[in-house]
Amino acid sequence: MTTEEERDHKQPPSAVELGADERVYKVEMLARVEGEGRFWLRLDAAGEVADAKLAIFEAPRFFEAFLRGRDLEEVPDIVARICGICPVAYQMGAVRALERILGVDPPSPGIRSLRRLLYCGEWIESHVLHVFMLHAPDFLGYESAIEMAADHRARVEQGLRLKKVGNAIIEVLGGRAIHPVSPKVGGFSRTPTVAELAALRPRLEAALEEAEAVVEWSAGLPMPALELDYVFVSLASEDYPIEFGDEVLVRGRGRDERVDVDEFLDHFVEDHVAHSNALQCRLRDGTPYLVGPMARLNLFADRLHPRAARALERSGLALPVRNPYQSIIVRAVEVVHAFATALDIVTNYTRRVEPAFVELPPAGARAGRASGGTEAPRGLCWHRYETDAEGLIVDARIVPPTSQNQARIERDLVGLAPQLLAMDHGAATRRCEQLIRAYDPCISCATHFLKLEIERG
Amino acid sequence: MAARPRLGVFKLASCDGCQLTLLDLEDELLAIAAAVDIVHFPEASSDMDPHGRFDLTLVEGSVSTPAQLDELRAIRAQSRTLVAIGACATAGGVQALRNFADHREYVRAVYATPAYIETLAQVTPIAAHVRVDFELRGCPIDKGQLLELISATLVGRRPDIADESVCMACKRAGQVCVTVAHGQPCLGPVTHAGCGALCPRFSRGCFGCYGPRERANTEALADHMQAEGVSAASLVRRFRLFTGWSEAFRAESERHDD
Repeated sequence: MTTEEERDHKQPPSAVELGADERVYKVEMLARVEGEGRFWLRLDAAGEVADAKLAIFEAPRFFEAFLRGRDLEEVPDIVARICGICPVAYQMGAVRALERILGVDPPSPGIRSLRRLLYCGEWIESHVLHVFMLHAPDFLGYESAIEMAADHRARVEQGLRLKKVGNAIIEVLGGRAIHPVSPKVGGFSRTPTVAELAALRPRLEAALEEAEAVVEWSAGLPMPALELDYVFVSLASEDYPIEFGDEVLVRGRGRDERVDVDEFLDHFVEDHVAHSNALQCRLRDGTPYLVGPMARLNLFADRLHPRAARALERSGLALPVRNPYQSIIVRAVEVVHAFATALDIVTNYTRRVEPAFVELPPAGARAGRASGGTEAPRGLCWHRYETDAEGLIVDARIVPPTSQNQARIERDLVGLAPQLLAMDHGAATRRCEQLIRAYDPCISCATHFLKLEIERG
Repeated sequence: MAARPRLGVFKLASCDGCQLTLLDLEDELLAIAAAVDIVHFPEASSDMDPHGRFDLTLVEGSVSTPAQLDELRAIRAQSRTLVAIGACATAGGVQALRNFADHREYVRAVYATPAYIETLAQVTPIAAHVRVDFELRGCPIDKGQLLELISATLVGRRPDIADESVCMACKRAGQVCVTVAHGQPCLGPVTHAGCGALCPRFSRGCFGCYGPRERANTEALADHMQAEGVSAASLVRRFRLFTGWSEAFRAESERHDD
């Protein structure tokens, strides 16, 4: 566990290590991302890529270790703390897997619908935060949305307004936007009254119209040119995938492949690499792949809500999207989808969902093992739990979206490299950052799954 | 015009949720940004100056690596008022659960590839290492309390944040007691207020996000729960969560841990 060894791997090459005519683009601390990472891209004298690294130095927190021995009913509260931006994604992945173990999956159509509504709230707050506050400043030449507000105040206020409606959905259902308290294995601790959801309706109607206009605005942003080949991976379900689906669709290696969520680890492999505190996930043959909005849209555009499909059409965005910078437009389309879906659920909520949760099998009959996948804002988030008869967690595995995208981000930097030679160094470095940000990397999520093996004496 | 107070926002081991709370102040964010000079806030801006001088510094997260300890000391040296925000910074957070692995005499911890990662033996709140001027509790912190903290600091007064229990807030909200009415275990009597008695309002018992209030009588509560049929193992888990490494909750969980 030597410090020197770690520093070597997680730090960019220093000036003395560089050969003559070599160049390095690097940022020591990525901004406008969740969590702590850096990157470097090293080109040799001929302009060929010698090294492209997304180094993640965020401290690991070992969730998989302390989940062991906890009661399965505590899991939704604990895994929420993996991420302050997307706690619902972790809660929903956990309840899916655990309910499959307990044979109560899904608990009821009403509960499933409220879960989708909750998840729409999270897509909205997370995507809007990214589109307006984290990514748009790159396109318009600002350091932050706050600086951007000096020239584009109405636009930034629009973002804050839309984000607030997303948070309001989560607050009505879950009590608070960050780490909501109501989701539980079997349903919710409390479901909203008809009046509580109806109160959201006018806000959702107004926000939906605004969100449609945001798609057009995002499509008009100055867009760097870049086309790359990808393997796209997303959960598959009968609808545009959000909170439900038992297969994973893989497209980009010849014929479409479908993977049962319970067999995920037979097809995808996690590796611990020296330069990252997050495991890197690849297809079994070593191919990096992409999860997230671009993958979802490319695979399931035909299942978008009609309002989102029309917004996509008006944007002029051609499918499949293979320019990572255009993910800002894709997120805007998904925001429309989430608002429209939420509005439908709220409009159709004419009777309170009761009971709020279904009874679980008693302690003594809770043993099993199952997986559950959902689509977090940043992409597929996969969970697998094993429980004993009492319902205590024996083993937990969680594969978050950003650990899956890591290897793909590095591959994108390699693909971008030829363009950089003609740019001045500062602009080239910013272009690399803008590319990494296109993934909306959630480094806090990605780093928390290193295994801490504990042996009893 | 006098120079605006300089704000720094830093993160140690955490989920980012507490600093996100600042960005979740949708109605006030631009006004705050006009009242203070945001010198360092990586999650929001690529214009960063970690070595600046800060009038108000918000630190999220707990100390879990040697590098974080060095960083925290440097941050303290540059800060006039340093505020720990959230359960990780004030009590160690959920990641401090690994501290109990040592306590229970596990003999060996083997990492996936030990050479690649470096961690301290224990995860600790920041007050274990540096002077902290104020602690804002919660997992996550409350938006209203954060706003009060920033406003109070800007005018140089102490934030008006009461040290009372969730129980008090729950009574004031006119909420039916989940323990009395429904027999649900609830940490409300010993937990610091701030959430607005959220869990009872959502038909469940408090699980201690804000940590122990001053002079929390955890023993009496635990005895009551045990009399109501809560097992010792369950008591340990209830006190051992996001604020489980706080002194009061740690002592209580250890009392029931064989």
